Amino acid sequence: MSDTVLSLDALTVRLPKGADRSHALSDVSLSVASNEILCVVGESGSGKSMMANAIMRLLPNEVTIERGRMMFDGRDLCAADPAEMREVRGAGIAMIFQEPMTALNPLRTIGDQIGEMFAIHTGLSKADIQARVRALLEDVRIPDPKAAAKAYPHELSGGQRQRAMIAMALALDPKLLIADEPTTALDVTTQAQILKLIRDLQQRKKTAVLFITHDFGVVAEIADRVVVMQHGAIVEQGAADTVLNDPQHAYTRQLIAAVPPLKAPPPRILSGKDILTIDGVSKTYRTGGFLGRGARVTEAVKNVSLRLPRGATLGIVGESGSGKSTLARCIVRLIDPDRGSVVLNGKNWAKLGREEIRRETRHIQMVFQDPFASLNPRRKAAELVAQGPIVHGADRASAIAEARQLFELVGLDPSAGDRFPHEFSGGQRQRIGLARALALKPDVLVADEPVSALDVSVQAQVLRLLAGLRQQLGLSIIFITHDLRVAAQICDLVAVMKDGAVVEQGLTSEVFGRPQHPYTQALLSAIPGGDFTRKRDALIA
Amino acid sequence: MDAVKRYFRSPAAAIGLILLLLIVAMAVSAGLLYPRDPLALAGRPLVWPFSNPRFLLGTDNSGRDIAAQIFYGARISLLIGGVATVIAILIGILVGAFAGYYGGWVDNVLMRITEAFQTLPNFVLLLVLVAVFGSTLTTVTIAVGVVSWPAPARLTRAEFLSLRNREFVQAGKTLGMKDLQLILGEILPNALPPVIVYASVVMAVAILLESALAFLRLSDPNVASWGNLIGLGRDVLRVQWYVSAIPGIAILVTVLAVSLVGQGLNDALNPRLKSR
Repeated sequence: MSDTVLSLDALTVRLPKGADRSHALSDVSLSVASNEILCVVGESGSGKSMMANAIMRLLPNEVTIERGRMMFDGRDLCAADPAEMREVRGAGIAMIFQEPMTALNPLRTIGDQIGEMFAIHTGLSKADIQARVRALLEDVRIPDPKAAAKAYPHELSGGQRQRAMIAMALALDPKLLIADEPTTALDVTTQAQILKLIRDLQQRKKTAVLFITHDFGVVAEIADRVVVMQHGAIVEQGAADTVLNDPQHAYTRQLIAAVPPLKAPPPRILSGKDILTIDGVSKTYRTGGFLGRGARVTEAVKNVSLRLPRGATLGIVGESGSGKSTLARCIVRLIDPDRGSVVLNGKNWAKLGREEIRRETRHIQMVFQDPFASLNPRRKAAELVAQGPIVHGADRASAIAEARQLFELVGLDPSAGDRFPHEFSGGQRQRIGLARALALKPDVLVADEPVSALDVSVQAQVLRLLAGLRQQLGLSIIFITHDLRVAAQICDLVAVMKDGAVVEQGLTSEVFGRPQHPYTQALLSAIPGGDFTRKRDALIA
Repeated sequence: MDAVKRYFRSPAAAIGLILLLLIVAMAVSAGLLYPRDPLALAGRPLVWPFSNPRFLLGTDNSGRDIAAQIFYGARISLLIGGVATVIAILIGILVGAFAGYYGGWVDNVLMRITEAFQTLPNFVLLLVLVAVFGSTLTTVTIAVGVVSWPAPARLTRAEFLSLRNREFVQAGKTLGMKDLQLILGEILPNALPPVIVYASVVMAVAILLESALAFLRLSDPNVASWGNLIGLGRDVLRVQWYVSAIPGIAILVTVLAVSLVGQGLNDALNPRLKSR
């Protein structure tokens, strides 16, 4: 743990004029020793990724290092020329990214791309390179390494691609590995595997790891030491145990508190009447094939039956590809289900015609995942919220006035209605999306991953808002999420989906407290920082 | 406002706009500076430019003032360029929007028609249209517009294909909007910038198409257009080359101005591409 591999000394990075602050990083000093994992935590915009890029000297053109030193291997990277940097990158410092698909060349095989590392930096023969590539792929425990070397990136799953990226990064035994949110795009079970892999490899190879993440759960899982960043400056650093259990800075405390507890709140009394019943809904996709030959059939939703009591919140949880989003879209009829019924207020939604749906749609509204994509960038906020009532015949002036009241309801400044979506932050945009859905006074709200794109602290605010509105307006909510911690906080009932089917459903406290299905158990045990959260929950309780 | 600022940051775009405004000024002031009919005989034929102060740019082979024809020609070029572009872009947006939004067989039918138009060389199609419907100014303008729509149609379709599955469009659907509201109110405003930029290309090509028609003496002979003048100059090209060269330069400058403005618009409307 002794020898320092990389040390940053008062590193300051200037942003171009017109950015939201003058410096991406101000006076950042930290050090990473060999054989340790240093986690850099912060919310979006805290400058943590900028720091990784600064170390690799891969900053965008307008962004410049103003002062400071980055000592690596006896030299100052701030002063290194491009040729020296090329030597350092890959061989000295390697990097893995959030989205392995975009970091890999889609037209070349995995084996080729890993082999390239050796071809560039060493004089090994072709056969030697092949053997090394094979060994690396075995190291990162890709299933069937021989086939994986010959595969193209799109033929591997997300987790396997990330393993390939790690293999590539470790090819030349770098002294330092920078991992920039390497598990954020992965499912929770895959995430747990990759975290374990990074930990194992790091211990075996004694590599120093600079691990960037926004998730304190991940920190609890993997970190030796922690650096907490806010607005481009370090607010706290120290050993992982100390920071997690005895945070000194208010911001750190706030971040840790925002990590949702794993335990479901005490169950509320649910109404005996169902507002929405879903019965035997199925949706199958057929792609490709000519006259039925060679077609690929995907059963996205398989015979799903669910009940939503009036005023309750039903969580649908599952990993990507489990069919939960397709189910949500079937319920609001953005997608037409093949079979089954969706009964709302005595009407079978699955059988309504286009014109009827348009009329009835105000009873069931949807909130979307991506607050950046779900608002038309060319309309003002108040207009966006007023659109629904206008479509359903309200006159413009009163609809806009009502929209401003809704702004207050969702915790936005009513005067913000004249601004365009890009002038709001992610959390504020999600509030606009919520106001838009509420403008039609729906009975049922279908929320598709409404908080997944938000920072933890903002996530907590939006969830509180949602819970408050549920009480105030008597809303019934279908809440789709991949994050079990989020589901535990807000849902009365949960249904766990896997490969298009519901494998387990029931009261949240029961499903999470005594999971019956092995898949639910696997999901729960894979939550990053689970032990830490459980311990903390126990302390609070 | 931002877009305007970004536009003027590029000197080329600013020059293009100034040139274009000069040409518009020529078109507007033609009647004031040259009150007489530009096609009336004015003096001796084939007077060289700058040799007689009455005819600054000389006269053509039938003794008509070239300067007057250039000024009046600006009107015709801008008129044909402008109107034909509007026609082409409107047809293009209509076809592209429906094909892109509905997909499926609607897309198939519309795109096959578009391809049929695209595989025919523009100019040959234009010749056929003019041969059939005659060569008055109106028919020439409409014909130029009708042969230029396939490219904007494909562009609009591509934009619609990527936009129609965005969440804000789905949100519109869940609010109960009708297809036409979604197409016109939600998707089109977001699809428009690249199409507007492409309009400058259509305009430049439209001006060139009209000149080419006139060069073959198939454009309206009763108006003073740059193309007509080039066509006339063809007979005396070897000695009195200026008769063709002067309107040629006018066309060159106009097309250049339009393209520079188009490039400037592109940078102003797609700021992210600019900062590369």
